[in-house]
Amino acid sequence: MKMIVAIIRPQVLNDVLESLFKAEVRGLTISRVQGHGGGTERVETYRGTTVKMGLYDKVKLEIGVSDSFVEPTIQAILAAARTGEVGDGKIFVLPVERVIRIRTGEENEAAVTPVRKNE
Amino acid sequence: MTHGRIRTTALLATFSFSFAAAGGSDTGTTAWMLVSTALVLLMTPALAFFYGGLVRQKNVLNTMMMSFGALGFVTLAWALLGYSLAYGSGNPFIGDLSLALMRNVNLEGAMPQLLDVAFQGTFAVIAAALISGSLVGRMRFAPWLLFITLWSLCDYAVLAHWVWGPAGSAFLKDLGALDFAGGTVVHINAAVAGVVGVLVLGPRKDFGRLAFLPHNIPFVLLGAGLLWFGWFGFNGGSAYAADGAAALAFVNTFLAPAATMVVWLLLEMGRDGRATAVGAATAAVVGLVAITPAAGFVGPLGAIWLGALAAFPSYYFILYRPKLGLDDSLDVFGAHGLGGIAGALLTGVFTSKAWGGVPGLLEGNAGQFWVQLVAVLAAIAFSALVSLLIFKLVGLILPLRAGDLEEAGGIDALCHGEEAYPVAEGAILVLDGERAGGAA
Repeated sequence: MKMIVAIIRPQVLNDVLESLFKAEVRGLTISRVQGHGGGTERVETYRGTTVKMGLYDKVKLEIGVSDSFVEPTIQAILAAARTGEVGDGKIFVLPVERVIRIRTGEENEAAVTPVRKNE
Repeated sequence: MTHGRIRTTALLATFSFSFAAAGGSDTGTTAWMLVSTALVLLMTPALAFFYGGLVRQKNVLNTMMMSFGALGFVTLAWALLGYSLAYGSGNPFIGDLSLALMRNVNLEGAMPQLLDVAFQGTFAVIAAALISGSLVGRMRFAPWLLFITLWSLCDYAVLAHWVWGPAGSAFLKDLGALDFAGGTVVHINAAVAGVVGVLVLGPRKDFGRLAFLPHNIPFVLLGAGLLWFGWFGFNGGSAYAADGAAALAFVNTFLAPAATMVVWLLLEMGRDGRATAVGAATAAVVGLVAITPAAGFVGPLGAIWLGALAAFPSYYFILYRPKLGLDDSLDVFGAHGLGGIAGALLTGVFTSKAWGGVPGLLEGNAGQFWVQLVAVLAAIAFSALVSLLIFKLVGLILPLRAGDLEEAGGIDALCHGEEAYPVAEGAILVLDGERAGGAA
């Protein structure tokens, strides 16, 4: 099992979600975050005050997957989130020690396998 | 804006109050028209709030700026040239340059003519601003400014001439079409231009895939409330006098939207048991649009009937519009187009001789209804053609649309370099000498 953490542009969030659902990746958490990477600063002007916005709005996706789903998940995110400009974000793949599904107490592989309605 | 009748009223007024003021001004009329002009001007910022609340947070500044931009660009275009094209004698289809640059405009008359430039200018401004509701979320700002400047001269001023130009030299007025305060000239005209813009620009990238939710419904209610307030000047001021006709238009502006709102909310509650705030705000605007052409021609009960009936086409069209695949983003056609058409046609039904209009359908004069229909069709055809030509022309000079990624990031950042609700964290002050280049 791995935890895939992806930091992406908010502009591409809908495309990424669509791409993930098409790849049958279900079960994810998103949060709106701010961060600073290599992107050029955005300049804004409010009357006489000109500022560089050093922090960018980003979206963080956290997706716990079983090993066989790691690569499809990564490919789905890459396909939808890449614009080619600096600031497209990062994908981190982290090891996961243990996963428990709260509803049933199932652990690990069983816990990250999505439940299908007819099962 | 029934100039014929107004002139008579004005003459009488000058006669009774000949001691009133220098230059022959009627102080009562002038005072009311000064107030009305300010009231109508307020409608454009009000519209900015109405539209601004309905869009997503990333586009709210752009949406409001599309209206505010009209306050600058259309005002100047109108004062320098548009007023003359609309109110110069010319021929039945367009005015002339006799009043251009405000030459030959003076302070004479029961109401100083210069004030008329301003009063009518506020109408031109809001007509242009109304179009923006169809196009928000994907159009760039510079082509928008160019479009409304050209549109106010080539479309609005010409149609205003048809309906309100000097008698004997105004196509639709001479035909006998009634448009008290601009249902045809302002609302149908702007709504058709909006639809044409949607067809030229295409839908927003995520149209049909994502739900576009309003980001601030209290703004929508604030805007609708201020629109209603300003509309007392729009309709009441169109009597061009502080008299009974103004009072009638004023009271009808109070009653008709109320009737529309009652019907609208009952329809909503009948459908799923709940009355929405956005629905109430929309209903008020639809009712205001509908009573606009009729305000000084129908009695108060006629206004209530007119307002109530006008709810239906707009309500059902707005409900089903997304299924048409037409991304008229803020339903300008549903609210202003259909509200305007319903109002113009119902004017032909409810106009009453006893209340200052001509006899309408209910008083046995079916002909008036057909005249109203001709005026509506003429306005739709003219606006569609001219707006299309202007959109195409502007498109040749400037790219109309934001790119997909720019659209996804929001037009506020792209065209204005501002956020509506900026977060201060991470904002680094740019010091003198350090040029803020490389704006994204």
